[in-house]
Amino acid sequence: MNPQKMFLYGAIVLAGLAGPFIFPNNQVQMTELWLFIVFALTWDLVGGQMGYNSFGNVVFFGIGMYACAVVQIGLVYDVGEYTAAKGGGTAFIFDLAQYIWGFAIGLPVAAMLAALAACVLGSLVLGMRGHYFAICTLGLGIAAGEIAAGWDWIGAGSGMTPAPPPHDIDNVNRLFYYMAFALAVATFATIAWLLRTRFGLAINAIRDDEDKAEAMGMFTTRIKVTAWVIAATFLGAAGGIYGNLKRFIDPLDTAFSGATIGVWMVLMAILGGKGTLWGPVIGAIVFQVTKELFWTYLLGWQRVALGVLIVVIVVFFPEGIVGRVRQMFPERFGPRADAREGAE
Amino acid sequence: MTALLEVDGTSKRFGGVVANDAISLTVPEGAIVGLIGPNGSGKTTLFNSIVGYHPIDAGSIRFRSREISALRVPQIARLGLLRTFQQTRIYGGLNCVQNLLISRSTRREPFRQLFTLQGARGRERAEELLEFVGLYEKRNLLAGDLSFGQQKLLEFAMALMSEPDMLMLDEPTAGINPTLINGLIDRLKRANAEFGITLFVIEHNMRVIMNLAEHIYCLAHGELLAEGKPADIQGDPRVIDAYLGAH
Repeated sequence: MNPQKMFLYGAIVLAGLAGPFIFPNNQVQMTELWLFIVFALTWDLVGGQMGYNSFGNVVFFGIGMYACAVVQIGLVYDVGEYTAAKGGGTAFIFDLAQYIWGFAIGLPVAAMLAALAACVLGSLVLGMRGHYFAICTLGLGIAAGEIAAGWDWIGAGSGMTPAPPPHDIDNVNRLFYYMAFALAVATFATIAWLLRTRFGLAINAIRDDEDKAEAMGMFTTRIKVTAWVIAATFLGAAGGIYGNLKRFIDPLDTAFSGATIGVWMVLMAILGGKGTLWGPVIGAIVFQVTKELFWTYLLGWQRVALGVLIVVIVVFFPEGIVGRVRQMFPERFGPRADAREGAE
Repeated sequence: MTALLEVDGTSKRFGGVVANDAISLTVPEGAIVGLIGPNGSGKTTLFNSIVGYHPIDAGSIRFRSREISALRVPQIARLGLLRTFQQTRIYGGLNCVQNLLISRSTRREPFRQLFTLQGARGRERAEELLEFVGLYEKRNLLAGDLSFGQQKLLEFAMALMSEPDMLMLDEPTAGINPTLINGLIDRLKRANAEFGITLFVIEHNMRVIMNLAEHIYCLAHGELLAEGKPADIQGDPRVIDAYLGAH
């Protein structure tokens, strides 16, 4: 790693650590931003780097969200009784140790369940290609939402409240912020490493010509499922944090919200630049800032404005910010002239 | 010489069209065998059947005496039987070196080898092979930016990188600058002689195939029309009729 890069990464980590102290009023939005970065990065691993446009990644996000909440509650109380009380009862109090253990066990369980779901679903649908895969994943997202909305144990259509934070944590959102920040850093580091391995080459090869990859002896389905499982693992953990951040899990509007988060993760990746490492990160930042500005200054019209933004992105920036910058400054950001340098 | 590939009574039909009708042929280990025939005579279908791209309707295909007609494409490739495509196929978004690195044979390696750094193994070999096909100067260009002929050479290098026992080439000289064709014939012969790769070549260019192959099979209308040494095939009136349209 060259000193320039070290400095860049160091600056980002420092900014991330200091963020909630510099902008205490925007802590929740910044927490969301780190999670959005996770959404965009994991979507891009499969959608950009591997060329499999998925509209169903929100399934893993939702599974993680419910799994984490269920573990947090289930460690202390009966989940059925808790959801039956609609989270409104004062009988369900969590002390600090119970709350922390809930996360310590809940987040890994969320990640693992999401990964397991990706493994099972991936084996079924990743044999499909192109538009068929995209449409199929769209169906998965809707089906998952409907199942959750009909399952009484997790609150069915009236949703579920994650474990209420104990009163001795005075700034619980700061806890969520640092969890989200750590997850985003871990996701970025993992994907940056993956892209430098043969696995990164393999998924790029599948994107460019899957028939060729198979003819060269690659078991492409296994590779594709692995990529989806990796994406789902991080998305599951992100879901666990997001549910707690929002304090309420609605099956259709929060957990399996294909029309909002499910689409946003695709958009952020496209906005920043599909198939690049930094594109999704930059896309998520630009998207979150724009979204919050719309919600603040265009209230009432925020969804219309967001819709217009989506159209503008797709029509005028199909290659994304990073893609555009690479075209404009090929000598600085283009494909490395010396691949040896790029690969090491 | 022992038979490396044995195709025995293989048939393939698409709806009412019989693309291959009870074709039998043998490719001996270490040989260079040619496959010719007019357009639509079933050459590429036969290639596709051999590498498991689609199931066959009848007959058997054996590679090293092992029945492979029920195996899937990657499984057959991992046995060391590789093909190149008529409409050249490379990974356009990767550069030439990366195209070769990902083509390195992993036949004897577990799945987890995918999680090793890209250049850790095979980089030297990749550069040697790019030198071998004459693309070393272009090694850092995106493969998608190469000309068609260069992509063809790259695809050949990718096949060599994977160290197959047998390589099936679908029209290796189509679209290549005629002045470079002699160089390519020479490289194919060297791949056969130096790397010990058995070659099975579809080719339309008669001069190329007569120079290259020791034994030639000729298909017409999905049937095996003739076989023999290049000189015999060239003089065979049935082959001449098939090409000139006396059928």
